[in-house]
Amino acid sequence: MNPSMLGATAARVLRQLRADPRSIALILVVPAVLLAFVYYLFENETLPPGVPRTFDRVGLMMLAIFPFVVMFLVTSITMLRERTSGTLERLLTTPIHKADLLFGYALAFSIMAALQSLFATAVAYWVFGMDIRGNPGWVVVVAVLNSVLGVALGLLCSAFARTEFQAVQFMPVVVIPQILLCGLFVPRDQMNPILELISNVLPLSYSVDALQEIAAHATSTATMTADLLVMVGFVLAVLLLASPTLRRRTP
Amino acid sequence: MGRHTVPSVEVRALHVLRGKTMVLNDVDFSIPTGRITGLLGPSGSGKTTLMRAIVGVQRVTSGSVQVLNKAAGSPELRHEVGYVTQAPSVYRDLSVEDNVRYFGAMHGRNRAQAREAIDAVGLGTLAKRRTADLSGGQFSRVSLACALVSEPRLLVLDEPTVGLDPVLRAELWERFARLAAGGTTLIISSHVMEEASHCDTLLLLRAGRLLARLTPDELRVRGATEDLELAFLHMIQADIAGRRGAA
Ligand SMILES: Nc1ncnc2c1ncn2[C@@H]1O[C@H](COP(=O)(O)OP(=O)(O)OP(=O)(O)O)[C@@H](O)[C@H]1O
Ligand SMILES: [Mg+2]
Repeated sequence: MNPSMLGATAARVLRQLRADPRSIALILVVPAVLLAFVYYLFENETLPPGVPRTFDRVGLMMLAIFPFVVMFLVTSITMLRERTSGTLERLLTTPIHKADLLFGYALAFSIMAALQSLFATAVAYWVFGMDIRGNPGWVVVVAVLNSVLGVALGLLCSAFARTEFQAVQFMPVVVIPQILLCGLFVPRDQMNPILELISNVLPLSYSVDALQEIAAHATSTATMTADLLVMVGFVLAVLLLASPTLRRRTP
Repeated sequence: MGRHTVPSVEVRALHVLRGKTMVLNDVDFSIPTGRITGLLGPSGSGKTTLMRAIVGVQRVTSGSVQVLNKAAGSPELRHEVGYVTQAPSVYRDLSVEDNVRYFGAMHGRNRAQAREAIDAVGLGTLAKRRTADLSGGQFSRVSLACALVSEPRLLVLDEPTVGLDPVLRAELWERFARLAAGGTTLIISSHVMEEASHCDTLLLLRAGRLLARLTPDELRVRGATEDLELAFLHMIQADIAGRRGAA
């Protein structure tokens, strides 16, 4: 790996993003707006005393899901363009190492994800009074990790798409099952055993677990650390799978 | 061969199968250092495929391609070889300067060197413009600048002058000649036969076979005309007739 090539790649990806204000709005503003939707959706619920608000549970999980979904979309399209425009092939004739390219992408988008989740978490915390026991800094860490997961999966999936339309088709295949099974709708330990088994091998489940730990405990717990490590493992595994799809030599 | 005799590129018994067709069939040649070699041939004759093999992005079926005494595509060569693809490959959503600086950064080049490459292709006044907002010819010159910035020892250019006006073409060929005089080896494919006269050596491809390796003067003699375009046509027709006769 070469830090200057990695840095140049991250800077280039951010410049490309800057040329597209709508994507920036999608990344930075839309999550906070959707969070407001969820808040007002459950505004009038009546709860027995001691039961946490639905917003505290659902809103918190959305903080993890947004960066994952958004970065998956943005990355798979950007990378597909890179593949189809010939710039990837050209780049791979230069001394750049594949890792510089992969981590350059991951760095650029995790910077955006950090901004996104700082903004969304701040809105959830201060505007809507989200109640979490733990340090909201950890929420941002989980969000950034999720965004990198989205980047990694987007890089990988872009290899199996020929057009932007095909790239978007991976949303219902790769993203929606994870949202359904991550514990947002039904706690994972109450699922039918087969679904629970599937949810055990989906990375998003672990970030939702981690967030629930952060919400319930004032200090970081061993479970949270384990969840985060599993996430890191998933990210590295997916990046490792994505690496051979960057071919220097083609038929 | 005069000044330089060390070969930069050596291709031996090269066969390339793409899909079901043998796109390059038993191609053999070498290219001297510090010279301009023109790659000519009808559309679909395998020019791009041959260039891809030299750059090392083409999977070859058999035979060998040596570049600067190393196997084509070796990691050590990535600093030494610059490749401009036939279809311009740059980031459309970035400015001219951001494109050239990014590809320059892969070779440790700085901002001043990027500016120099941009000026060399005549885009100095458009450096800040988004490449998507350029004309076709300007767009393809950005792609060229992205290769020039790395100052490689071997430059492989796939039809770099398509869509350019005569003034710009002349300027670029002067630049290529200066690069060659400075020791850079250039391989340039073209459809414009008049450009062949700027090359030191010509490789004529037809249907995946190397028809001839000669100088522009030799081509005039072999084709029995001063007009390179006509001479080329004569050689192709003679080849077609010869193969038909043999069959
Ligand atoms: N990816 C591919 N798969 C299969 N066949 C291919 C592929 N790319 C090119 N070919 C075929 O290989 C042959 C040579 O193609 P190549 O692009 O090298 O020609 P060329 O001489 O550069 O043509 P042009 O002057 O039109 O650019 C053509 O017959 C083409 O149809
Ligand atoms: Mg071609």
